[in-house]
Amino acid sequence: LVVLRGSLYPTVPDWVLNFSPLPSLSSPHRNLSAFPAAQSEHLQQKMSENGALPLRGKVLTVDTMNANVKKVDYAVRGPIVQRAVQIEKELKEGVKKPFEEVIKANIGDAHAMGQRPITFFRQVIALCTYPQLLDDNKFPEDAKNRARRILQSCGGNSIGAYTTSQGIDCVRHDVASYIQRRDGGIPSDPDNIYLTTGASDGIVTILKLLTAGEGRTRTGVMISIPQYPLYSASIAELGAVQINYYLNEEKCWSLDISELQRSLHAAREHCNPRVLCIINPGNPTGQVQSRQCIEDVIRFAAKENLFLMADEVYQDNVYAEGCEFHSFKKVLFEMGPEYSSKVELASFHSTSKCYMGECGFRGGYMEVINMDPEVKAQLTKLVSVRLCPPAPGQALMDLVVNSPQPGEPSYQTFMKERTAVLSALAEKAKLTEEILNTVPGISCNPVQGAMYSFPRITLPERAINEAKAKGQAPDMFYCMKLLEESGICLVPGSGFGQREGTYHFRMTILPPTDKLKIMLNKLKEFHQKFTQQYS
Amino acid sequence: MSFLKEISPLDERRNYNEVLDLSSGDLHRGGIKPITFVRQVLAACFYPALLEDDSLPLDVKQRAESLLRECDGGSIGSYTDSSGITKIKHCVSQFITRRDGGVPSSPDNIFIKSGSQTALMIMLKLLIHSKDSCQTGVLIPVPTYASFTLAVEEQGAAIIPYHLCEEQGWMLQVEELRKALHTGRKTCNPVALYICNPGNPTGHIQSRKSIEEVIRFAAEERLFILADEVYQSCVYGDDTEFYSYKKVLSEMGSTISSTVEMASFNSVSKGFMGECGLRGGYMELVNLDPAVKQYASRLFSTRSCPPVVGQIALDLMADPPKPGDPSYPTFSEEVQAIKNTICKNTGRIQEVFAELPGISCQPLKAGFFVFPCLHFSLKAIKWAKKRQMEPDMLYCLCLLEETGLHVRPGCEYGQRKDSHHIRLFVATQENIMEDALQRLKTFHTRFMKEFS
Repeated sequence: LVVLRGSLYPTVPDWVLNFSPLPSLSSPHRNLSAFPAAQSEHLQQKMSENGALPLRGKVLTVDTMNANVKKVDYAVRGPIVQRAVQIEKELKEGVKKPFEEVIKANIGDAHAMGQRPITFFRQVIALCTYPQLLDDNKFPEDAKNRARRILQSCGGNSIGAYTTSQGIDCVRHDVASYIQRRDGGIPSDPDNIYLTTGASDGIVTILKLLTAGEGRTRTGVMISIPQYPLYSASIAELGAVQINYYLNEEKCWSLDISELQRSLHAAREHCNPRVLCIINPGNPTGQVQSRQCIEDVIRFAAKENLFLMADEVYQDNVYAEGCEFHSFKKVLFEMGPEYSSKVELASFHSTSKCYMGECGFRGGYMEVINMDPEVKAQLTKLVSVRLCPPAPGQALMDLVVNSPQPGEPSYQTFMKERTAVLSALAEKAKLTEEILNTVPGISCNPVQGAMYSFPRITLPERAINEAKAKGQAPDMFYCMKLLEESGICLVPGSGFGQREGTYHFRMTILPPTDKLKIMLNKLKEFHQKFTQQYS
Repeated sequence: MSFLKEISPLDERRNYNEVLDLSSGDLHRGGIKPITFVRQVLAACFYPALLEDDSLPLDVKQRAESLLRECDGGSIGSYTDSSGITKIKHCVSQFITRRDGGVPSSPDNIFIKSGSQTALMIMLKLLIHSKDSCQTGVLIPVPTYASFTLAVEEQGAAIIPYHLCEEQGWMLQVEELRKALHTGRKTCNPVALYICNPGNPTGHIQSRKSIEEVIRFAAEERLFILADEVYQSCVYGDDTEFYSYKKVLSEMGSTISSTVEMASFNSVSKGFMGECGLRGGYMELVNLDPAVKQYASRLFSTRSCPPVVGQIALDLMADPPKPGDPSYPTFSEEVQAIKNTICKNTGRIQEVFAELPGISCQPLKAGFFVFPCLHFSLKAIKWAKKRQMEPDMLYCLCLLEETGLHVRPGCEYGQRKDSHHIRLFVATQENIMEDALQRLKTFHTRFMKEFS
């Protein structure tokens, strides 16, 4: 009976609902509860005939809802993770498995894997939250000063007050100063800084702003393959057109301009390409683009009149020798006014990655360069709809861009903690590449930066066929088996995009070194077994 | 408003030192202090070294510890489930069940989001077909708060206004809903009915009967109900009571109670916690098609997760200190003090308005705002027209310029043609309210005299 689905009383067994009416208050209007639910179908028909209470079905169904929502997929938290959570439950309930714990190497969550928060940051945020602590001499003076400064810019001196939609003034000023310092003095205007709820919020907002047109004039968004699936999901949700450009796996996931050209040319046949998204350092691929490459991309965007979106959330996560982070803004301005006054750019940063790993705070910012003033006014209006980003996240962003300086009481501890995190990550990046490359059938590019390895796996023909017969992507099939047999949760490459006929998985380098070693060796064992099993 | 930036506090021409901002529903901005228990728990969660401190009460430590246990790696810096930490969703569903006198609530139908506004926007996204040749329509009360109207427009839906009846305390009349729907059907496809109860900016609260009528209407006309109930804990007067849409729905007989689709919203921004900046809110889905719910979950997952601090604040809102807990005396004192302040403030407002010509106000039943009606003379209206501005907007601008008091004009919320209002925030410290009322009184008296 349609009446019983999606019942208000999910814990009441169906048979009870079938045969007994739910209690109701008497009302002067027609009261249907006098009729037991078992008769209601007949009643429904009668009622419809009388033109009363049409019960044809739900208002919100898969057919009536926003069609774009159906196309939204986000592999990082997709079916494999759901299964992992289920397995964790089973383990807790005492179900016997070939492993004792699930290792969630699917998501870039450093604290979940045991990384400690930066003491100074947490101290300041605690002081902002409960200002009574400003009288507590256990907190260092530099932490207290930062807290006082932040609180002064908050309504009623409380981080519980709304902030302006664009973000707390003094934080935006500090962000601008940080950018200026980072980029060797190139000025940054606080008015171009928007604080956001994580970088994702900013990215979706800009995409929203840029998406327009119908059919052949519909906005096309160029994104790297492989990519972080927030992009594909948002493009689907907004009904924009995804334009894939392939990174070169043979050349350590580098970006070839000729590939950008090819992809753009093809896309112009069916949409209006307006945006070029680039993730640097890359996710899931970990490549750190060379300065030359960044210049070439900027030149390309200028020539082809594309809005550049530079996702730079991993800017401190650079490990490989010879690699260096170059911000798009810096390179743009060093290319002279021909480019720096023309190219429209939005750069994104976040508190979730780097050495902070504070994903749960949802802190982030974006800097918009050369945006049409009228469009910028619309952007400001657009962000006001969601009121404001979380104040603690904004405060945290302030600390990231305004961290302890030499001479300040917290400086030494801060630097010690920061260095420890980044050097551990560098070590694990190298370790991962080394161990994975000892496995026949697994080939791993150097993890130059970010937090992930994205190795290529060779799958036996039989396994591929079995997967396809099941309607599963072959690397999903592989990852599911890996999860069931070893408790390791990874994300299949199909969730990020890859060249046809190639298979990958994304694995974080975040577990503590010992656990990482164990995990990599288990993976090695599994791969060999899998290859043998399906040969 | 950009002109605020132009005001220099050092300008000698001004006879005030600072701007009094009573424009937004922000408790802390208005000088009300945060709830101690809440801030202590949050601080301990941010910086767990405090758990070894003697200064924090035992129940604070226990709560912080139990919440940190639910976080991966024991850190509030970790991501959580996209719809929120499971234990907190359980806590919220228990809160709902208690509130509704035993009506069951499942954590599977609870979705925690970064503020109720975000949750509302996601529901709108699901409901609105922006590409259809026939625009999706959403019924919205007049007056209503501006960011919601913006959110609906942003999603590409048509707004179908229904007027609340000012003369009857801003009552929601089903006849008006019917009229609006009938008109709306001519130009769009209405699918949702948005209700704000208690109302913003109106401060009205729906009677149980009124809620039943609205639900029945939604059932008959096949509308999805969006019940914005963020002011549910700010109810004043002995004869005033908040009824949740869910509770009333559950008591209306199986045919209606198991079919009417609804989303109810609540938040930590309002109520006595007033933690607007933490961004904690939830929605409870009722009778949603399970297939749609799956898609909704997927959509939420792309937003990663709601801020953990907001989730924790929700837990504290849903499960505050109880009698016998060490923090209870302070907690209940603080909450009572806020209630008393608001009651005193509304009393003062009525007293002051009673002495002023050309301004009248419906009684405040709930929420944080009053929405008094300004009776402008023809002369005043002509003057505004000459400046190509709404009379109440011009009134507010002049009020700000001359006295430094910032309130919002009724034209931003919608109002009947030729009626004018201002929205005044009432949940501030008593001395701030008094100051505001004096400034308003001075300006208003002069204004009315000048335009008599």
